[in-house]
Amino acid sequence: MNRDKDVIFKALGDSTRRLILDELSERNELTLYELTVRLIMKHDLSISRQAIAKHLSVLEDAGLVISKRRGKYRVIIFNNEPLKNLLKGWIE
Amino acid sequence: MKIIVTSIFVEDQDKALEFYSETLGFVKKHDVPTGEFRWITLVSPEEQKGTELLLEPNNHPAAKEYQEKLFAEGIPVTMFGVADIHAEYKRLIDKGVKFTMEPTKMGDLTIAVFDDTCGNLIQIMQE
Repeated sequence: MNRDKDVIFKALGDSTRRLILDELSERNELTLYELTVRLIMKHDLSISRQAIAKHLSVLEDAGLVISKRRGKYRVIIFNNEPLKNLLKGWIE
Repeated sequence: MKIIVTSIFVEDQDKALEFYSETLGFVKKHDVPTGEFRWITLVSPEEQKGTELLLEPNNHPAAKEYQEKLFAEGIPVTMFGVADIHAEYKRLIDKGVKFTMEPTKMGDLTIAVFDDTCGNLIQIMQE
């Protein structure tokens, strides 16, 4: 459990990854292309597709992001489940 | 140098010709038999002497793989310009076109991405 928390906090410790979660929470699901376009054009980040894929794999390891096939294409979905119990002990 | 023809791969040339002419509104310019397939090009109704779009058969396995991999990540194969993207979006939705990205403002541009039903995603943009 503590190890899971480390992975989640590490994933959240990076501003680009938080931006990815912001975009995903706004839209529920995005294709990798749409996410890339949003990060580059809307947020003016200079980031490669490979770098985005690396950030996504960190988020995926922490359980914060899942990818699903939607017919012929693949979408990335925000999963907030791991966040729900994260701060519970401190706040309650 | 000038860009005279640009091509996209399609699964079925007849179906593609129908989609690109009847649904999108491009005008057929050439339709010439070339052995097993045809040389089919279309132009924009506003620029009939402009760049032609060639509907190229994807019968090569590499072409199919290229299409499928780009499609899976939501990456468009080409871009078309439109004057009013919201009107165009509504017009195409009414015709049953499926979008993977709704019109989204990105700085000075607004872009959207739809499925051409021939194996490709196409981006439209309004400057």
